[in-house]
Amino acid sequence: MNWIETMGRELYGLFVDDAGFAIAILIWLGVFRLLSRSHAMPAWAGALALFAGLAAVLCESVLRFARSHQRR
Amino acid sequence: MHWLSTAGPTMLAAFLASLVECVEALTVVLAVGSIRGWNGALSGAAAAVAVLIAILSVLGRTLTRVPLHLLQGIVGTLLLLFGLRWLRKAILRATGSIAKHDEASAYEKNAKAMLALGHARGWDSVAFGAAFQITMLEGTEVAFIVIAIDAGGTGMLLPASVGAVAALFVVAALGFALHRPLTRVPENALKFVVGVLLSAFGTYWVGESMGLRWPGSDLAIAALVIGYLVVARLSVALGRAPSRAAAEFPGTR
Repeated sequence: MNWIETMGRELYGLFVDDAGFAIAILIWLGVFRLLSRSHAMPAWAGALALFAGLAAVLCESVLRFARSHQRR
Repeated sequence: MHWLSTAGPTMLAAFLASLVECVEALTVVLAVGSIRGWNGALSGAAAAVAVLIAILSVLGRTLTRVPLHLLQGIVGTLLLLFGLRWLRKAILRATGSIAKHDEASAYEKNAKAMLALGHARGWDSVAFGAAFQITMLEGTEVAFIVIAIDAGGTGMLLPASVGAVAALFVVAALGFALHRPLTRVPENALKFVVGVLLSAFGTYWVGESMGLRWPGSDLAIAALVIGYLVVARLSVALGRAPSRAAAEFPGTR
C-alpha cells in the first residue's frame, strides 16, 4: 500500500509542483475556451491569445517565486 | 513534409526528456548495485522496464479508440501542466532561486541508505525493490511523454519511442562504461529545452482540441517553441537574484 501511495504522490507531482501555478494554467485554459466560443476571432489572434496567457502565467509565477526567495 | 517537420522535434523532445529521467534512475541503480550487488539492482531495473513497456503497449492500443479531440484536450492539458512545470523549475534553477540537482550527492545519499539496511544473503529483495521503484518512477515520466506526444494523432509514436529508447541505450552504455553517476550531464539545460518543447506541443494540442486553427498548421509548433524560448530567457533575466546579476554584469546596480 505504501508503494501505491508513493506512486500516487509521484504521479500527482508529475503535473503539479506549485498548486497555484497549475490552477492558474487551468483557469486560463477555461477562460480561453469560453472566449473562443463566445467571440469569433481570427486564427492568428486566437493562437496569440492562448500563448500569451500561458506565457504570462509562467512569467508571473517565476517572478513571484524568485522575489519571495530573494526576500528570505 | 508535415510528418517530417513534427517527427524531428518529437524525437528530440522524447530523447532529451528520457535522457534526464534515465540519468536520475541510473544514479540510484548504480548506488544500489555497487553497495548491495548487481543481481538485484539490474533485475529490478529490467523488471520495471518490462512492466512499463507492457503498460505502454496496452495504453497505446486503448488510446486509438478515444475520439481525437477529447484525447488532444486531456493529454494536451496534462502535457502543458507537465511541460510548464519543468520549464518553471528550470528557469528557477537558472535564476538561482532553487538548488540545481546534484547527481553526485544523490548517489552518496542513496549509497548511505543502502548501507544502513545491511546485507542480504541470497536473493536481495531490497536491491530489487529499490531499483524497481526508481526505474518505475522515472520511467513513468518517460512513458507519459511518449504517450502524450503520440496523442497528437499524427503518428508520432514511432519517433517518440525511438527517442526514448535511444536515451535509455545511451545512458545504460555510459553507466556500464563509467560505473559512476553521470554528473556532467547538463541536467538543467536539458530540462529547459524539454520544458520548452513539451509546452509548445501541449499548447498546440490544447488549441486544436478547442477548435483553434493554427496559422501554418504543424509549423505553428516551431513558432511556439521559439515563443516559449524567448519568454523563458526573459524570465531568467528578470528573476535572477540581484547579487548574482551584479556579479555577472558589474556596474549594473
